[in-house]
Amino acid sequence: MAVYDKVKTLLVEKFGVEEDEISPTATFEDLDLDSLDLVEFALAAEEELGVRISDEEAEQLDTLEDTVKLLEQKGATA
Amino acid sequence: MSDAVTITGLGLATPAGLGTDASWGGVLSGKSAAATDPILEGLSVNMSCRVPGFDAGELLGRKAVRRLDRFVQLAVWAGRQAVADAGLDTESWDGPRVGVVLGCGMGGAATWETQHKRMLDQGPSKVSPLLIPMLVPNMVAGQLAMDLGATGPNLVTATACASGATAIGVARDLLRSGACDIVLSGGTEAGLTPLSVTGFAQMGALSGRIDDPGAASRPFDTARDGFVAAESAGIVVLERDADARARGAHRRALLAGYGASADGYHITAPDPNGGGAERAMRAALADASLGTSDVDHVNAHGTSTPLNDESEAKTLRRVLDGEYSVTSTKGVTGHALGAAGAIEAAFSALTIEHGLVPPTANLDTQDPAIEIDVVHTGPRAQPVEVAMSNSFGFGGQNAVLIITAP
Repeated sequence: MAVYDKVKTLLVEKFGVEEDEISPTATFEDLDLDSLDLVEFALAAEEELGVRISDEEAEQLDTLEDTVKLLEQKGATA
Repeated sequence: MSDAVTITGLGLATPAGLGTDASWGGVLSGKSAAATDPILEGLSVNMSCRVPGFDAGELLGRKAVRRLDRFVQLAVWAGRQAVADAGLDTESWDGPRVGVVLGCGMGGAATWETQHKRMLDQGPSKVSPLLIPMLVPNMVAGQLAMDLGATGPNLVTATACASGATAIGVARDLLRSGACDIVLSGGTEAGLTPLSVTGFAQMGALSGRIDDPGAASRPFDTARDGFVAAESAGIVVLERDADARARGAHRRALLAGYGASADGYHITAPDPNGGGAERAMRAALADASLGTSDVDHVNAHGTSTPLNDESEAKTLRRVLDGEYSVTSTKGVTGHALGAAGAIEAAFSALTIEHGLVPPTANLDTQDPAIEIDVVHTGPRAQPVEVAMSNSFGFGGQNAVLIITAP
């Protein structure tokens, strides 16, 4: 799951999340990331993966596997 | 209830050193911290005084690096040090009785500049949602409340280069009025960005001695030509003296007096007659119930600008009687703007505690127009009972603290 790995790297390197906290079922809330972080995440994902997540979509992001699914639907490839 | 307020904890992150002991050792050394600054490369003034070894990722975690501007990072670190130094436990203290009053002149200048560039280069959709929370100066007090569970009165004072001293005066009043039992106070600044340093340079406020940065900050010297911009955070823990005694705290020094005034004269130049500074000094002494011959030592504003140092010296001569030593620790630290008054209040407390006056760096030939006893070359052993710490801000805002032996 290459996109998942990319998201994981992003969370660790840019958002300071501990690697062992990250799992497919973890939510952004579990990772102590708030709504401002989600907007930042959307900006970073656009830069790293070349797909755009709208602010409305960013607000809805829940688990990492759902996030990866959304990114893949939008054509993200690692 | 006695009016006396005590400094029971110190936390310093200054160009003289990271931590209180390192900072104190640095100012005693009399060696200037000014150096060529790679971030300012290519600018007319490309030197500054930075806090050595402050790696926010290592000290505070990666989340703090991303979400906090450096002026907040420095203050969070210094605040934790100050609380630990005071021997207070944030888990068990009565949070709503703990206030935070910090001074800051600039706020998140680096965040502002970085995000402005992003908007111009990449468009508004690339601007960080953290821009505003990282930028606003009041966030530093809010962040300390979150970090330490200090949920009493919480604010930031802005009186430019006097902000840190103003904050300590306001904090003292919150203890006197009974609104708080503990106040974390002081100041922070991290405005060493290309735009803001250039702004100070264009005003003619900065030293142009870029070929010899170590000699650039030279308060009271005849060859002084401006200040060197610095970053710093200085946090003090203040408590009513009776409370500090009751819990057996280490009473480092008493905050005995605070006086404030406005020049009402000019946006940047000090009143050449020193009227505002004089009124602040006299108000602080009156507040401490002390006379003009009681002061043993002055930690001067002493920025190393031609105008400030001469008018401050003349004002001191007019106000004070008897013998008193004078130092400007800005020779070592540079001018940390909104943090300056706080770190200098801390140095005044340490001067009293150790009976040592730090030397003024780079004072080779004292300006003949400055007829005061400026300590230079090395530290001077001197028992100090009463110290005056002066801070004068652009806008003509003056704050003077009187700090005395416990």
